[in-house]
Amino acid sequence: MTTTATPIGTGRGEGRLRLGFMPLVDCAPLVVARDLGFAAAEGLELELVRETSWANIRDRLMLGHFDAAHMLAPMPVAARLGLGHVRAPVVAPFVLDQGGNSIAVTTALWREGGDWGGFGDPITSGRTLARLVATRAKAGRDQLTFASVHPFSCHHHQLRHWMAAAGVDPDRDVRLTVVPPPHMVAVMEAGEVDGVCVGAPWTSRAVDAGIGHIVLPTAVLWPSTPEKVLGMREDLAARRSDEIDALLRALDRAAAWTEAEANRDELAAILARDDVVGVPAAIVARSLTGRLQVERGGAPVSVPGFLRFHGEGVNGPINRPRPTDGLWFAAQMLRAHQTGDADAAFAAAREAFSSQRWDRVIGRPDRVDDTLRTFEGPLFDGGDPEKWLRAAGSGARADLGPAAS
Amino acid sequence: MADTSLTVLVIDENPTRATILEEGLREAGHVAVVRLDTTHELLRRIFEIDPDVILIDLASPSRDVLEQMFQVSRTVKRPVAMFVDQSDSGMIEAAVDAGVSAYIVDGLRKERVKSILDMTVSRFNAFDRLTRELQQARDELADRKLIERAKGILMKSRGISEEEAYGMLRRTAMNEKLKLADIARSVVTAAQLLG
Repeated sequence: MTTTATPIGTGRGEGRLRLGFMPLVDCAPLVVARDLGFAAAEGLELELVRETSWANIRDRLMLGHFDAAHMLAPMPVAARLGLGHVRAPVVAPFVLDQGGNSIAVTTALWREGGDWGGFGDPITSGRTLARLVATRAKAGRDQLTFASVHPFSCHHHQLRHWMAAAGVDPDRDVRLTVVPPPHMVAVMEAGEVDGVCVGAPWTSRAVDAGIGHIVLPTAVLWPSTPEKVLGMREDLAARRSDEIDALLRALDRAAAWTEAEANRDELAAILARDDVVGVPAAIVARSLTGRLQVERGGAPVSVPGFLRFHGEGVNGPINRPRPTDGLWFAAQMLRAHQTGDADAAFAAAREAFSSQRWDRVIGRPDRVDDTLRTFEGPLFDGGDPEKWLRAAGSGARADLGPAAS
Repeated sequence: MADTSLTVLVIDENPTRATILEEGLREAGHVAVVRLDTTHELLRRIFEIDPDVILIDLASPSRDVLEQMFQVSRTVKRPVAMFVDQSDSGMIEAAVDAGVSAYIVDGLRKERVKSILDMTVSRFNAFDRLTRELQQARDELADRKLIERAKGILMKSRGISEEEAYGMLRRTAMNEKLKLADIARSVVTAAQLLG
């Protein structure tokens, strides 16, 4: 793919953008764009502000404290629908990465389960989970608790999808909760949760501490979905269009640098810094190379495509937002009963994940693909998102009224 | 008006600020103020406390835990919502600027919430001012110590009086358009390097 570097001249915009980010490995393209001159080459000066919660990121984006931000990919769709908060017209003109999450269980649950299949086997591990759930229910024991990072996150929906495929009802058979990533290890150790779905490097920390066991990298479940996006208000994107175009070009180059194998050591050192992620470079490097330590003392397992920042993915360029991706998240929200208004959810999804700006600035691919494949079920077709929902057995449309917003 | 029927939960890991806020709420007649300074088992604790209003420090990562409560109302007795009315963005802005966020039990009248939020915002701002003033006082003290050391170094190495040493530092600071403390710091650093 080619990029046209037309630096914006002074006077065409202030060229200064303030971006919020969370201390996670996939904030990398933003930090690389600022620190290695990709933003400066486009006439931009980026100020990065580290945040402590996704809720803060959303609020501060909405209030105009941030021009753009590192966001969980489903968040722009939720924001447009006003789910759980004031409605805000957020768009995602650039996808920051794919993959990077893993499902891990406590060592105790791992032992209780026995056979979880080979590493990264969603079917056998799901069956084992279903058996544990049933045995516990029969014995009158507490339900299992699984944690993700936010109600509108891939993590939450990946857990639900994995469970539902095995016949476990994520609303009735288990308890789903939210735990901030830096607290994941502590809650596993305290036995407050039995499993987690969280991004790099947090499951690796649990493994290192000897209290967790990685069952699945979620790249196995959803091999081609956006994980984090660059989110911004639609009105800002329109008002400061030249600067946002420049930002996309800068991020495209930064993402290419981030993905390149030759840069991994340097990247790990940047991310390990206290003002970025603040965890040892060796742990960061594991998620960058996709060589995961799944249990303490075990040999590392290679996960192809574990975390990707740039290049061609299953459905085209990784950084290109597609309405299909947004529709996939909308479908997950409907299936999870987070919203009941399918028409509004699909409309919000198409607007949030429009490809237009990316195609204009970076270049539309020769062939575009409007499908999305996961580990089970029929191909998700962006042209008919309800077909997948019907096959998935969601009663979202029938048993819920209009969205609360 | 005192509104004693509401339970207000304050989640803040900074005990000083939480105390300031709690006192303010009690003075305003809110007797049912509960404080949590740890977010350990947060959802269970909230379920037990069953608050009408939750005030949480914006720096707490546990805001995302609270977000989950919008979605899983079965874990708490009543669903909790942040302001879901577009007209409340002014209130949210004032709160976020001050560093606090508020979650309100659905259906609570806005006027009842507003007095609590106003109080919280003003107390958070007061605490912020206090912290800044304290930091400033500390910085000033540190600067004075630094200048004293620099004067001593100059007096010793150049055999000049205290007044002359001070004059020299001041002149240099003015010429270099730097703060007196910055010049003093370079003198001290240079002296350390040169032994």
